Amino acid sequence: MLSILRREAAAGCSDAVLLRERLRRSCAAATARLRGYATAAKEMTVREALNTALDEEMSADPRVFLMGEEVGEYQGAYKISKGLLQKFGPERVVDTPITEAGFTGIGVGAAYYGLRPVVEFMTFNFAMQAIDHIINSAAKMNYMSAGNISVPIVFRGPNGAAAGVGAQHSQCYAAWYGSCPGLKVLAPYSSEDARGLLKAAIRDPDPVVFLENELIYGERFPVSAEALDSSFCLPIGKAKIEREGKDVTITAFSKMVGLSLEAAEILAKEGISAEVINLLSIRPLDRPTINASVRKTSRLVTVEEGFPQHGVGAEIGMSIIEDSFGYLDAPIERITGADVPMPYAANLERMALPQIEDIVRAAKRVCHRSVPMAATA
Amino acid sequence: MSAASLSSSISVIRAASFANDKPALVSSARPPSSAFLGSSAGLRFDPLSSSAAGAGLRPSPVVAAAAANVVKEKQPRSSPSGSNLLITKEEGLELYEDMVLGRAFEDMCAQMYYRGKMFGFVHLYNGQEAVSTGFIKLLKQEDSVVSTYRDHVHALSKGVPARQVMSELFGKETGCCRGQGGSMHMFSKEHNLIGGFAFIGEGIPIATGAAFTSKYKREVLKEEGCDHVTVAFFGDGTCNNGQFFECLNMAQLWKLPIIFVVENNLWAIGMSHLRATSDPQIWKKGPAFGMPGVHVDGMDVLKVREVAKEAVERARRGEGPTLVECETYRFRGHSLADPDELREPAEKAKYAARDPITALKKYMIESNLVSEAELKAIDKKIDEVVEDAVEFADASPPPPRSQLLENVFADPKGFGIGPDGRYRCEDPKFTEGTAKV
Repeated sequence: MLSILRREAAAGCSDAVLLRERLRRSCAAATARLRGYATAAKEMTVREALNTALDEEMSADPRVFLMGEEVGEYQGAYKISKGLLQKFGPERVVDTPITEAGFTGIGVGAAYYGLRPVVEFMTFNFAMQAIDHIINSAAKMNYMSAGNISVPIVFRGPNGAAAGVGAQHSQCYAAWYGSCPGLKVLAPYSSEDARGLLKAAIRDPDPVVFLENELIYGERFPVSAEALDSSFCLPIGKAKIEREGKDVTITAFSKMVGLSLEAAEILAKEGISAEVINLLSIRPLDRPTINASVRKTSRLVTVEEGFPQHGVGAEIGMSIIEDSFGYLDAPIERITGADVPMPYAANLERMALPQIEDIVRAAKRVCHRSVPMAATA
Repeated sequence: MSAASLSSSISVIRAASFANDKPALVSSARPPSSAFLGSSAGLRFDPLSSSAAGAGLRPSPVVAAAAANVVKEKQPRSSPSGSNLLITKEEGLELYEDMVLGRAFEDMCAQMYYRGKMFGFVHLYNGQEAVSTGFIKLLKQEDSVVSTYRDHVHALSKGVPARQVMSELFGKETGCCRGQGGSMHMFSKEHNLIGGFAFIGEGIPIATGAAFTSKYKREVLKEEGCDHVTVAFFGDGTCNNGQFFECLNMAQLWKLPIIFVVENNLWAIGMSHLRATSDPQIWKKGPAFGMPGVHVDGMDVLKVREVAKEAVERARRGEGPTLVECETYRFRGHSLADPDELREPAEKAKYAARDPITALKKYMIESNLVSEAELKAIDKKIDEVVEDAVEFADASPPPPRSQLLENVFADPKGFGIGPDGRYRCEDPKFTEGTAKV
């Protein structure tokens, strides 16, 4: 844990984030054993996973093109599209002016006519300038045209909080896009998730919102040999059980999966066996998997980074009540970000985001262990 | 042309309209200095009016005169053989029929709305037919038209059968979108009509995307001779919207084959163009981005057609976009729910006198292209077409209940489930690679 980290992320991080990263790293090796796949052949960062996925899909289908700010000559704002301009040329890796509404609409129009654009937003906060096109032009089009015009487009970019970037750069949009019929919303965690889901998204004939996370771009994860194959795809609409358990179900997506896995380790030492579900797909939500898990454990804690009201956890909780109410032994708990715009000060930001201790406390509460309610700064 | 040579009827209109302070019409000043003029060269305006350019209030009566001018100008040029005319007889009949279809259809829509057969928002196109006909009749089936909520006539001009449009308006299953779109969302993949966006400005980036696709297909996918152009129709209010400028920039930057057509009817619901826009001359926004900006009289289908021909040819040759401002007018309110109280009756009367259908009829008869009887036959035929469309729509069934949940996704199970219903990742053969990296 004290060894020097070699990370490819350009942004500087606070001490707390670094500590979190080191913790996750040390647990990554442990959790690798618990994954479903064969023993890891090699490691890959999420950035490399996304880059190779884009590369392969663009090679396979000439209709796929990438469009966004800084994707070409700058090699990608977060270097996700590194090398693609050199390989595919400026017609297929299109640097745009700063015109989210304009170029998102152009991408949607191109998708109406049979191309397969991948529109990159520098962060999903900026996509709010284009959200009219994502929802009204893309998501609703197949329905409005009664199936005549489908929209095979992918909107991707970093989502959620980074480190110290303030209120306008830190919002998580999973709940907003997840409530809209006509969209598929994906949130990968590991490199394999990122690779498989991005390839599936590009091949999908419907609009897909692909929510990445800036802080895990540089994370290394083991990848199996199957994941390296160029036709590897993960199914859309299916969650993954990252860690099996029998006492409490913890659902999470994106960065929170890492925190949940670490929380599960801590809980294991206290005799609570937690089952951690990586949602992978916010829409369509894999209700069968979550329900089956809750029916097994009888307790549920949902974890997300976004705002609490009308969040993903609210939807999951209600879904469980509708389908598996009789199986619950305790009220459902949701761990979310604080109900405030993201503050800048490092200690306030820490308080505004879920921490491992919050998840541990919530799990203990649903298991009827006595714990202090409030977080300590 | 000096004022003295105007006919007395036009002088009356000129005197009557602008006695009060409120200007109802913006001055259409000199055409732009770029080489691309089209037939707007015929529209040389009264220097009196253009000298007022820059002042906030601009009385401009001369537009009415100029329209009459051009029609009159053309007359002396017509010879018995008709070789100096702008159109042939066949073209003339086609244009006339298309405009009459648009007008008759919209009038029938109003009737049906007040009888309760149509509901929601209905925006009618009466008065603007010259713009739709003038542009769309020059396009091929593969060219695209992207419009706004005022899209019935664009759909009809592009070739969508009147029956399908009427059924869609009635919300029946036989509509072009099976009743799921409605008046504001007419889409036809077969005719390349992306008819309907309710948000103003929303269609402009989509149209730019269609043009982008045309260029991409030609240059990257190497489809031979793919020279499809896109025509984007939108109004004066949209020209103040950010997306419009974003797309002017990108279309010119990448030289996309698109024509931006502004249907400037001076009113955005109740907001006068002059009250909303710092510089009301929209054509000027083209040169600001490096593309030609043209102003044309949108009540004269022949003039619109001349300008459209040049713009479409430019786009097909790969020379890039054009911004065309068509000065036109809608005879009815913004929608059928609009009481239309803010527009001056004098202004409405002025434009009613410039009805594009009447103008074309007059031109064709006076140039001896057609006889009255032929035009009456077309009128009758169109009446029958519209009646038939209404009957068809009436007789069609409403969508079945099962249609509610259909078509949300093109592939409802998501890619990951293979044709045999199992997840693809469980299929042992799924790792057979197909991509060449």
